[in-house]
Amino acid sequence: MADITELIHDYLRHNKKFPHVFCAGCGHGIVLGALIRSIHALGLSKDEVCIVAGIGCSGRIAAYVDFNTVHTTHGRALTFATGIKMANPKLKVITIMGDGDAMSIGGNHLIHAARRNIGVTALVLNNNIYGMTGGQCSATTPQGATTQTTPFGQMEKAFDIVTLAAAAGANGVYRGSTFHVNMLDRLVATAIERPGFNLVEIITPCHTQYGRKNKYKSAVDMFKWIKKNCVPKEKFDALPEADRGEKMPIGTFVEKDHKGLEQLYGELQARLNRPGRPVAEPEQPSAQHAEESRNIMNKEPK
Amino acid sequence: MTKKAKGQTEITIYPDWCKGCGICVEFCPAKVLALGRDGKARVARLDECINCGFCERHCPDFAIVVRGKGRKRRAPACAENGETPVDKE
Ligand code: SF4
Ligand code: SF4
Repeated sequence: MADITELIHDYLRHNKKFPHVFCAGCGHGIVLGALIRSIHALGLSKDEVCIVAGIGCSGRIAAYVDFNTVHTTHGRALTFATGIKMANPKLKVITIMGDGDAMSIGGNHLIHAARRNIGVTALVLNNNIYGMTGGQCSATTPQGATTQTTPFGQMEKAFDIVTLAAAAGANGVYRGSTFHVNMLDRLVATAIERPGFNLVEIITPCHTQYGRKNKYKSAVDMFKWIKKNCVPKEKFDALPEADRGEKMPIGTFVEKDHKGLEQLYGELQARLNRPGRPVAEPEQPSAQHAEESRNIMNKEPK
Repeated sequence: MTKKAKGQTEITIYPDWCKGCGICVEFCPAKVLALGRDGKARVARLDECINCGFCERHCPDFAIVVRGKGRKRRAPACAENGETPVDKE
């Protein structure tokens, strides 16, 4: 097990303030580690990867890693990612979204990205709550849970992200947890490697906003809850309905081999660019333009 | 499963990065780690460590390094700008 942490340090941006902003025991740090280990295991160089994040605690992950990164607007990570992937299909584009980001404000983008089967990897960090904005209930808050905005218990039912993504047509659908990290590494690596739209729902604890209001006093309690309730899919399927209770299956749900949108688009381009047909040279950016865009890139995000 | 050999590792915990969440302390299968009076994780029983890697993978703050006994520390690429977590023993 040697050197896992030293390896992760190699991929961090050390001009950012560390330790990172996440609360003590927040699962987002573990996801960040899993992401780095997966990318390292796939042998991708830092320049081949583009991380696109939305708004929320999870969005901060993009600021800490030394890849190409974009910190976008709330709910729109997938739209930026779609553009990036279409413009440069060689990049491995990975979006990082929270549950509020992906399922509420960006819910429509998610189902259409899945339907288009655009070659983007979506990591949805599901902590059942809007953590950063003060603990309002989200579309994935379980029925009955107490939050800042549902003091008498959430009445609405929660989204099942996995079923939704599968129904919308995603090529790969996975669920992992921040306790079962070896499996998480594997799932994230598979999701990055495979063609088309691949989504990994990651069960991650937010004890600050969710746990404290729901009988999990500390981060450790939340991890115990995850350890107990996230069971491998095969085991979950074998359980009788009555014993399932709060349990959630983790593992691989859908794995299809359809071509990604950017692949189909590339083939169309090749078909239309028959020999003898005049093709315009792509415009080269002027030196001034390059300088300007470099200035923008180097600006510290607020 | 064969029993894993104990005491084959050296563990470094960076106190500046550790936030004291207690995950490693709670779940270490060999009960090697403990929370110190300052609220940060400490190595309490190094000889019991079975090098399972749990703490390294689950530390959300990348504050724990477990390496084989006597293995040299690899200087991270970022060491030049002085931003590596400081190793205060
Ligand atoms: S508020 Fe919740 S999600 Fe945000 S950093 Fe804290 S524990 Fe993590
Ligand atoms: S490597 Fe395993 S046994 Fe050793 S301190 Fe970490 S969790 Fe405990």
